[in-house]
Amino acid sequence: MVSIDGREHSDSLIRVRNLNKVYRRGGETINVLQGLNLDVEKGEFVAFMGPSGSGKTTLLNLLGGLDTPTSGTVTVDGDEITHMSGRHLASWRARHVGFIFQMYNLIPVLTAFQNVELPLLLTKLSKAQRRQHVETALNLVGLSDRMKHYPRQLSGGQEQRVAIARAIVTDPTFLLCDEPTGDLDRKAAEEILDLLTELESKHGKTILMVTHDPLAAKRADMVLHLDKGALVEAAQEAAAS
Amino acid sequence: MKYLPFIFRNLFRKKTRTILTIGSIAVALFLFGLLVTIETALNAGVDVAGVDRLIVRNKISLIMPLPFSYQDRLRQIDHVSEATFASWFGAVYQEPKNFFPQFAIDTDTYRTVYPEFEIADDEWQAFLADRQGAVVGRVTADRFGWKVGDRIPLQGTFLSGTWEFNIRAIYDGSRAGDDESQFWFHAKYLEENRTWGKGMVGWYTVKIDDPDQAVTVTKAVDERFSNSAYETSTETEQAFAAGFAKQIGNIRMLIMSIGAVVLFTLLLVTGNTMAMAVRERVPELGVLKTLGFGDMTVLFLVLAESLVIATVGGALGVGLAKLFTLGGDPTGGMLPVFYLSTGEMLMGIGIAVFVGLAAGSIPALTAMNLRIVDALRRV
Repeated sequence: MVSIDGREHSDSLIRVRNLNKVYRRGGETINVLQGLNLDVEKGEFVAFMGPSGSGKTTLLNLLGGLDTPTSGTVTVDGDEITHMSGRHLASWRARHVGFIFQMYNLIPVLTAFQNVELPLLLTKLSKAQRRQHVETALNLVGLSDRMKHYPRQLSGGQEQRVAIARAIVTDPTFLLCDEPTGDLDRKAAEEILDLLTELESKHGKTILMVTHDPLAAKRADMVLHLDKGALVEAAQEAAAS
Repeated sequence: MKYLPFIFRNLFRKKTRTILTIGSIAVALFLFGLLVTIETALNAGVDVAGVDRLIVRNKISLIMPLPFSYQDRLRQIDHVSEATFASWFGAVYQEPKNFFPQFAIDTDTYRTVYPEFEIADDEWQAFLADRQGAVVGRVTADRFGWKVGDRIPLQGTFLSGTWEFNIRAIYDGSRAGDDESQFWFHAKYLEENRTWGKGMVGWYTVKIDDPDQAVTVTKAVDERFSNSAYETSTETEQAFAAGFAKQIGNIRMLIMSIGAVVLFTLLLVTGNTMAMAVRERVPELGVLKTLGFGDMTVLFLVLAESLVIATVGGALGVGLAKLFTLGGDPTGGMLPVFYLSTGEMLMGIGIAVFVGLAAGSIPALTAMNLRIVDALRRV
């Protein structure tokens, strides 16, 4: 069950408490997130919506340990990440977080196989074991026949599927998706959303997704709106309309 | 090792730039190899000079002679185990550009004083038996295609006329820096045929039984002949060779200066390449960090690229220089000892590695210190 009231939930996988993020630009202070609370259980699919500049991506960056909050805490599976050193945070990200970006962010000089293999280079797996994991991940996203293709030889939808394979190849604790369908046509977007839904329903993945697209948000178990730096629950129907 | 494919893929994302940078380093290290070879050639005499040998020359100038009678008087000085002599001949073969050092030597003592030159015994005996016989170094023999048994006419310069010699032996140096360009013949042949300067020799080489006594013997020799018509100036063979090299200027300083300029240029070229490579890949570096690549791993990846470029370029340049020097002296006799040693090759590659590390360090630190959110914003 997703909750934003800040009350203790013993079975939360992700627990955010009193999260504040302040940017200072010149003499101006911008409070992007203000006292934000969030609890997400394992296997849930949560969508974050809100206007541009509302702090959706900032929230995702803080949840993924890419940025540090001004105050407050983020705890994932018992690990409080807000006070981890840079080195520990990098290692934590490698083990626990799968990132999916709007622009796919594949490395252009690497094949689909090599792109998916990248996170596994940080593990102690042997070459044969890495190959097995990569093949499984690419098979899961339906691209086992495109392993040797470079990103420029793939369509946008296929590139995003490679990015998803890269995100899940280490079997992370949760997936963070930043506008995963934002650069795709409707058909490709539907395929990506089908894949994400399948990852949640069949493989029990916890997914947190930022989107502007109401149809994408509709696939989530819960849609949360960011409003004035805090989260507000929104009805599925409202999000779809 | 598992990062190698990634490093090589990155290196060749801009093939032209990488190849040009490697080429620049290769050219610079080729130049370095040649400079070191020339420096070695000019100082070869210094490096291989015997610690137990003194050169005794006329105090006025090297070109002024000393009497033949000094040989026995030198032998009487304490710690002198042998004294030999040689005279500069200065002839040319066929035309003036075919210049090489020719010495009229004392055949009875020369090999005792210079044991580093290796000659087959039967060839040496043949040389001793022939008053017109000559011994020639391997480099000069190869240069003119001479072999044992050939009859060689040399055109005298300060001693006029055509002088005929029979090649009876070819010598090799036993050490890498030994001069294999010399041409020796009997001092008696010179004495019998010269029209002036009879009874005189060019200089003496004295072998001493204890190198620690070099200073004492030097003083004793010069004192022995002081106030005579032919006063002497004696010094160790090493000091003599160094003085000879200095006559053409401070080559080492010149080469060091050129080398420093080359090194600095290399740093700029490689540093610029790596800085561009990092600037272009900021978002990708952000992605790597997002995936869990630590700051040190990112630093390593960028430094490794720089190192690969510099090392490949360096190895290529030094290898080309080695190939060039394998052809021997390109000046036709001015640099008889012309070779690039393994130590100097390793030094060249070491310089390349240093350039790679130094040039890559700032871009690598920039990459290491990138904030992920800033890097991803540049997508």
